[in-house]
Amino acid sequence: MSTNPIRDEIQKAISEHEVILFMKGRPEQPMCGFSARTVAALDALGASYAAVDILPDPRIRQELSAISNWPTIPQLFVKGELIGGCDIVTEMYESGELAQTLGLKPPAEAPEEAPVASEPGAPPLQIKNNLS
Amino acid sequence: MPSTDDLKQRIEAAIPGSRADVIDLTGTGDHFRATVVAPEFAGMSRIEQHRRVYAVFGSDIGGPIHALSLVTKAEQS
Repeated sequence: MSTNPIRDEIQKAISEHEVILFMKGRPEQPMCGFSARTVAALDALGASYAAVDILPDPRIRQELSAISNWPTIPQLFVKGELIGGCDIVTEMYESGELAQTLGLKPPAEAPEEAPVASEPGAPPLQIKNNLS
Repeated sequence: MPSTDDLKQRIEAAIPGSRADVIDLTGTGDHFRATVVAPEFAGMSRIEQHRRVYAVFGSDIGGPIHALSLVTKAEQS
């Protein structure tokens, strides 16, 4: 383990959850349009996922981006691999690849655009801040 | 405040043979969408293509450029 507790917590969360979304806000209350669209795509497929709100501590985003080599939020990980942000997740939702990646059936009539968030997802995971 | 032309020029200068179309999503000079076509994207995954474009801007992403939405495509030169 490194001497960076926040990075360790993030690594642990990514490895322990098959599907995990790092976002601004919570699935039931996204604080950014890009996070909201990503949540909406996952929820439209009935995916179950862990969610981490990166807003409470700027170091979460800093460390996450250092791990993933990806500068923006949201970030979706499946089986430990970065799938992408809002653009890629939306593109994959529309093409059916997202359902495939998640091992789910695509919706019978997939809408052209990712729908607006409706159903809340799994409860967000709390990353404990051990530094303060 | 960066302009759509600034972003276009920076992408096209950094990625050889690329063409970029950039729009300002909010009219506020900080949320952009770029469509980038480049020969070198051939054989790269979508993640790698997006990373390549983000790398052009380094820490400006999340700084002056609050959001950069991307569509990337490979094309033979």
